[in-house]
Amino acid sequence: MLAFTLRRCLYSVLVLLGVNAVTFVLFFAVNTPDDMARMQLGRRITAEAIERWKAQQGYDRPLFFNEHAPGLSKLTDTVFYETTARAVSLDLGRTNEGVVISEELSHRVVPSAMIALPVLALVVTSSIVAGLGLILFRATGFERAGVIALVALMSISTLFFIITGQYAFARVMQLTPISGFVAGRSSALFVALPVAVLGLAYLGPEARLFRAVFLEELGKDYVRTARAKGLSEFGVMRHVLRNSLIPIITSSGLLLPVVFTSTIVTESFFTIPGLGSFAIEGITQQDFNIVRAVVFVGSALYILAFLLTDLAYGWADPRVRLR
Amino acid sequence: MKPVVLWTDAVLFLQVIAALLYGWRVARTPHMAATWSQTFKDPGGAAAATVLAVFVAIGLADSLHYRAALVTAPGEAPAYSPVTMSLLDRFLVRQLNGTEASYSAPLATRLFEKRTQVSEGVVLRDYPRLAHAGLNLTDPAAQWRRDVFGRTAIGIVAGLAAAACLAMLVAALFAHRSGIGIVQAARQIAAGRTSYPLRAVLAAATALCVLAGTIGVLAAEYHVFGTDRVGNDLLALVLKSVRTGLVIGTMTTLVTLPIAVGLGLAAGYLGGVVDEAIQYVVTVINSIPYVLLIAAGVLILLVYLDTHPEQFQTAAERTDIRLFFLCVILGMTTWTDLCRLVRGEVLKLRELDFVQAAHAFGVPAARIMRVHLVPNLMHVILINVVINFSSLVLAEAILSYVGVGVDPSMASFGTLINTARFELGRQPVIWWTLATSFSFMFTLVLAANVFADAVRDAFDPRAARR
Repeated sequence: MLAFTLRRCLYSVLVLLGVNAVTFVLFFAVNTPDDMARMQLGRRITAEAIERWKAQQGYDRPLFFNEHAPGLSKLTDTVFYETTARAVSLDLGRTNEGVVISEELSHRVVPSAMIALPVLALVVTSSIVAGLGLILFRATGFERAGVIALVALMSISTLFFIITGQYAFARVMQLTPISGFVAGRSSALFVALPVAVLGLAYLGPEARLFRAVFLEELGKDYVRTARAKGLSEFGVMRHVLRNSLIPIITSSGLLLPVVFTSTIVTESFFTIPGLGSFAIEGITQQDFNIVRAVVFVGSALYILAFLLTDLAYGWADPRVRLR
Repeated sequence: MKPVVLWTDAVLFLQVIAALLYGWRVARTPHMAATWSQTFKDPGGAAAATVLAVFVAIGLADSLHYRAALVTAPGEAPAYSPVTMSLLDRFLVRQLNGTEASYSAPLATRLFEKRTQVSEGVVLRDYPRLAHAGLNLTDPAAQWRRDVFGRTAIGIVAGLAAAACLAMLVAALFAHRSGIGIVQAARQIAAGRTSYPLRAVLAAATALCVLAGTIGVLAAEYHVFGTDRVGNDLLALVLKSVRTGLVIGTMTTLVTLPIAVGLGLAAGYLGGVVDEAIQYVVTVINSIPYVLLIAAGVLILLVYLDTHPEQFQTAAERTDIRLFFLCVILGMTTWTDLCRLVRGEVLKLRELDFVQAAHAFGVPAARIMRVHLVPNLMHVILINVVINFSSLVLAEAILSYVGVGVDPSMASFGTLINTARFELGRQPVIWWTLATSFSFMFTLVLAANVFADAVRDAFDPRAARR
């Protein structure tokens, strides 16, 4: 398993390099270093000032290929190589305003995690409960109504939940703040609404999936055996749950990066200073280092989620061998 | 009149033609016809298909674009209006031309806000009468209720009458085909004892007829769903949003399919280095948060649009090209899921005897893929296409919020919901934009989801566990 983890880590480095290349290409296809300088220094600006800014930020070289440099430094004396090399040595650089990004990230990861992790926990537990509840009452009107409600829930835009949630709970009932974030004890109040909204948004598809998984397990022979030897319905469900762990883990693992992505939208809706709003800032301010840093975190999270799911398979089902 | 074919129009109609060709092929292939008829034998699926058909009809009517001819002096070359209209606009002339000054509530006769008016030399601050609604009423306060209720009643009756005619027609056809009396046929339909769920279809059609009748009769005199900040009729906006949703939901899939199926086939069947490389690309693309990927793509597109204004004759062409490339960008970033599914399915298929035999006979890989693999992948692809439709319609709303969706001037559910966001913060609350766009979007997505479920149950019976 150690070899497996090691190999996966090496592969993640490869993937991160690819992510870096894609981000670089996309970003510099939109903004030239000249644009970035003008964005920073204002529209009316001399050519010398732009050159000075570019030299200061290290953007005064060619992007990919330096014709004028000798030998191998044709490739190394470029913006791409320079930024990539720094990122590989885990130096994410500074924003255009000079803030150290890794420090900024460490501040911003807190609110993001305070949304993403509870959402994940909420969605997984409530979906399991809902799925189990539905199959306990299978082939009744309750189940039919429940399934219809889940499909309806899936058909509602997250934006609708956000807007009506803000209106009902924050504006009318004044239970939570409308938006914003304050660290410390009251922070739970600020993330309550985003967490509830996102949890509701993912409940539909997940609960439906879990219900299908449970139903499939219920048709298996061991369930019939368990019932035949007189096990209570509760006991049967315990076995079913244990045997359904693999698909549950798979979908929960896939959910982690999805939740991270949707916090990008949610955070800017609730003006929460997390990673997502950092990304939007980076885009609007044409700051490559910010965008790249957030994309890095996002992809690292994705890779980590996959690694964790694979490791969790081994825990859930000892027959799984990780090679 | 000069017909205008926008890019997305062309694609939409090509899709319709492709769908018709596919339907023709299905009808001639017994096993495919059997599976598809399974989809429509599901009451939910059949009812959802009825609702979807209405949305598609609205969308297609909104895709027949033209530019009206302007009046010119005789002998002069004909000139055309710079405004691109669609067939749907013809039906919405009253709504599109009847712009008010600002917000007005659904079915209102007066503006939502007070305005300073000067009448007979007296300055008055009051809610002014709307310019294009309730003009038939001399005293709105006294007559409004009567008028609205009367119109609603007429609309419901008209809708019911239309639905009754339709039901009679269906019953007559059913009676003719099964060789029984029309009364008996009607009884069988009402009892749900027909091979296709005619009852569910007719119920959905009745609901639609009543709704359309009511809205139609009321719309002749009022803004049924109210007006937005600049006084545009919301009914027109929301009907025009349907096309945007349809284009995004279907066209994106069109972009996704060749990439996903091609790469999935190659990865699954060829294996080895090809598989590794494709898997690597999939992982890289998947691991970048898709909102950021799409944002980058759209920003590139905007830069291009800004620097090449000469390529677009009308504003409609410009917004259309943005929609077109938004679909392309969405497709380029969302193909990875289907690619994974296809690869997994191919891995299973390639071990089967008939594929092994074809390989042993020396059939080239390309031919094996085309003849033996693709037909057996159809169910995976089809299920994915219908399931993706609803999530794409939902994604459009989110992207428009982030500012990387369709052009802000284009009517879409996303732009509507976006404006609603600020309106709920006002006092008094303006709720009708959100309510209207939400109910139309919800109906479209719900119908798509229910239909997708029916398709999945028919094509993948193992997944159908009811």
